Amino acid sequence: MSEHHHKETFITKYIFSQDHKMIAKQFLITGMFMAIIGMLMSAIFRVQLANPGESSILYNLLPGDWINEAGALNPDKYLALVTMHGTILVFWVLTAGLSGTFANFLIPLQIGARDMASGFINMLSYWFFFIATVILISSIYVQGGPASGGWTIYPPLSALPQAIPGSGTGMTLWLISITLFVVGSLLGGLNYIVTILNLRTIGMSMKRLPLTVWALLITAILGVLSFPVLLSCGLLLIFDRSFGTSFYLSDIIINGEMLHNVGGSPILFEHLFWFLGHPEVYIILLPALGIVSEVIAVNSRKPIFGYKAMVGALLLIAFLSFIVWGHHMFMTGMNPFLGSVFTFTTLLIAIPSAVKVFNYLATLWRANIRFTPAMLFAIGTVSAFITGGLTGLILGDSALDINVHDTYFVVGHFHIVMGLSAIYGMFAGVYHWFPKMYGRMMNKNLGYLHFWGTFICAYGVFFPMHFLGLAGLPRRYYTNSAFPMFDGLSDINSIITFFALTGAIIQAIFIFNFIYSLFKGPRATKNPWESTTLEWTTPVERIHGNWPGDLPVVTRWAYDYSKPGASADFIPQDVPLKEGEEEH
Amino acid sequence: MTNTLIILVAILIIAALVQITRVSELLSEIKKQDPNKVTDSNNKTQGILFLVVGGAFLIFVVWQMITWNHLLLPPASSLHGQEIDALMKVSMGLILIVFFALTPLLFYFTYKYRGNKNNKAYFFAHNNKLEVIWTVIPTIILTCLIVYGLRTWERSMNPDLSQAKIIEVYAEQFKWTARESGTDNKLGKANFKLVTDRNALGVDMNDVNSKDDKVIREVHLVVDKPVLLKFRAKDVIHSAFLPHFRVQMNCVPGLSTQFAFTPTQTTAEMKEQEGDDFEFVLLCNKICGAAHYNMQMSFIVETQEEYDAWIASQKVLSEKLLTQK
Repeated sequence: MSEHHHKETFITKYIFSQDHKMIAKQFLITGMFMAIIGMLMSAIFRVQLANPGESSILYNLLPGDWINEAGALNPDKYLALVTMHGTILVFWVLTAGLSGTFANFLIPLQIGARDMASGFINMLSYWFFFIATVILISSIYVQGGPASGGWTIYPPLSALPQAIPGSGTGMTLWLISITLFVVGSLLGGLNYIVTILNLRTIGMSMKRLPLTVWALLITAILGVLSFPVLLSCGLLLIFDRSFGTSFYLSDIIINGEMLHNVGGSPILFEHLFWFLGHPEVYIILLPALGIVSEVIAVNSRKPIFGYKAMVGALLLIAFLSFIVWGHHMFMTGMNPFLGSVFTFTTLLIAIPSAVKVFNYLATLWRANIRFTPAMLFAIGTVSAFITGGLTGLILGDSALDINVHDTYFVVGHFHIVMGLSAIYGMFAGVYHWFPKMYGRMMNKNLGYLHFWGTFICAYGVFFPMHFLGLAGLPRRYYTNSAFPMFDGLSDINSIITFFALTGAIIQAIFIFNFIYSLFKGPRATKNPWESTTLEWTTPVERIHGNWPGDLPVVTRWAYDYSKPGASADFIPQDVPLKEGEEEH
Repeated sequence: MTNTLIILVAILIIAALVQITRVSELLSEIKKQDPNKVTDSNNKTQGILFLVVGGAFLIFVVWQMITWNHLLLPPASSLHGQEIDALMKVSMGLILIVFFALTPLLFYFTYKYRGNKNNKAYFFAHNNKLEVIWTVIPTIILTCLIVYGLRTWERSMNPDLSQAKIIEVYAEQFKWTARESGTDNKLGKANFKLVTDRNALGVDMNDVNSKDDKVIREVHLVVDKPVLLKFRAKDVIHSAFLPHFRVQMNCVPGLSTQFAFTPTQTTAEMKEQEGDDFEFVLLCNKICGAAHYNMQMSFIVETQEEYDAWIASQKVLSEKLLTQK
């Protein structure tokens, strides 16, 4: 690899960069930008839920025709906000923002490679994502508004502009955007897999890989196997919408117009969608769990407990995630026997998940914990994973799902287990690797403030939602006030909105800390957290090609913390084993 | 005015953050410390915070369970619903036990093992015995839960339909309509191509079974008598959700779905128990468009006599179509 010495112009260094570290930062910044937009959308619809039909100063952020004469949000635009919030958070923030950032940044650095297998494909992956982002944002401003059929875009609602205004141009742009997004993530995913399998440095056997890399590898495999299904699913929808086919449509009368489509099945769409959709949950969650494993080990000053079991659990979760998609469809009228099968496979996921939780607890046991902001968020992830994972036992059980399917119970469940776990993992990653990314330190005290504010508000938002669900309140309702049976729930909605707005404002602390530290943060040292993994053996200057001389040679696993007999409480992976020293 | 005020407040907050950051950095400089080094006193504060906030979180959870208990759905008013409720109790109990065991443990560990520069962590990489134990125990518990769950599901989904009264529920943006199968308990054929303004459900009037069908705007059920609801949709996917009966089923254009159950309490009994404004309602639980949040139809459960009186007062569809001509 000699090409990393050539001269860089501004454009090749910062824009069309092929350096994995720069591409990672591009994903991170784009992801953060989208996170702010997605969060603002949720703040706006939370205001509507607390004060239904009233005007609000926040509505000034929206295009004018979203608001009616009385100043209230239009019901179909409420659905537009919910849809875009889901799309942005699931795909843009927690898939691209999380995997894109940390897979790009960590894989070459932690396996001891100079860069990704193909820097060019890696660059393409970002730019497909970028164009997808531009299209998605522009779809907010078209006639009829953006896609409004929920982030799961079930047809016929998403296929028929007559059914909801957002299913017009907005939906077309959504589909184009997601198509480009999938292309981008496939290019990225293939690159991650090839890089991990082929470019590990001498001695970096699979058994010595840090858990972050394991998690990112399995995530990439999940993505490569499931995203094409979403692509085909979307493609058929494009055909139904624009070319008169009937893959998903049959026997429809809309606004008095009888459509010609016969023979299609909307349920086919759901099967295809959730064949991606459920692995997608783990595409979001596993990188966060990988990051958390790493951060917990470093800051506990202990090896992660049960390394092999952790890898095994990741593999098992990934495998099972492909055969549980039907639990999103218990209420579609599918054969009850099929429901039984999906219940069985779904509840099995609790076993590897439980193993992971116990292993995290065992890692903390008799540790010597350093509470860096990253560590706080890592513990937050474990807490959210416990709280949110448990309610999965209710939802995965087809009989119980009858009660709570599509209610706020689901919203509470997945926001905690997938949303919070993953976003905390992402925060942990940013706080932990910021010194490696930018050569400066983030402010610790602001990090503490950010964590506690977020942690408290997040539970304040999502825990009460379980009660709304158990009271029978369906999700995606513009207001709970249309049914007398939900009148008592307004107080809960107000509490949730209070915490949501406070939590949103608290994120400003993070944004501020990030930007301030970027320019004014104290200079980082080479290995500020006294960590064992290879990225901390690279120079602070972050050179192209990662290591100035030869690549490091690995002789031990990634978790030699507080090893008996050693004087320091950590031994980097490239330090040779002493004579007579056992690997672990 | 408020806009300006908010911008002003935002600027002030940012200025405050800058100052806090500067002060904290200057302070560490004076103390000759690396500002981002985690000190023992940091560890102590954060450890205690985990204990305090973690405790507060658990108290908050208990508070919610007590305060909002009365808002939750009343016990199921259907036969299968009672079995589901029993399963729900067991599952909820189990997850609450695990939650109240693991969460305090997590926060206690974080507090107890907070760092100290004189301590060293215990090198504990794996322990096969422990790992087997905490794999096997959840497996056993889950197996029981799965078996119990599947039995309940199996029974809920396969009730005895031989005596069931058949009623069709038809979903469209943004209302529900129902069709009583009449004295023959058979629904006449229907086809979306037959839908007109007057024959809104597209019922085939040439089918003999259609003759006594009655189109109704609220559904009346007889207590303790099984009913089979058959669902159709006109435009997009809807979902028929009857939370009090623990009934939920999607209504899909081009696909026929169904759900059978037996109501066990009359509306009158429920009013006595839950208050005068109680009503069994059908709501839409699958996003279906702008007014999705307001798509409702009443279900009334009553005695056989009350039902007989009501059904007699309803016109059959064929007659309705004739008179409207």
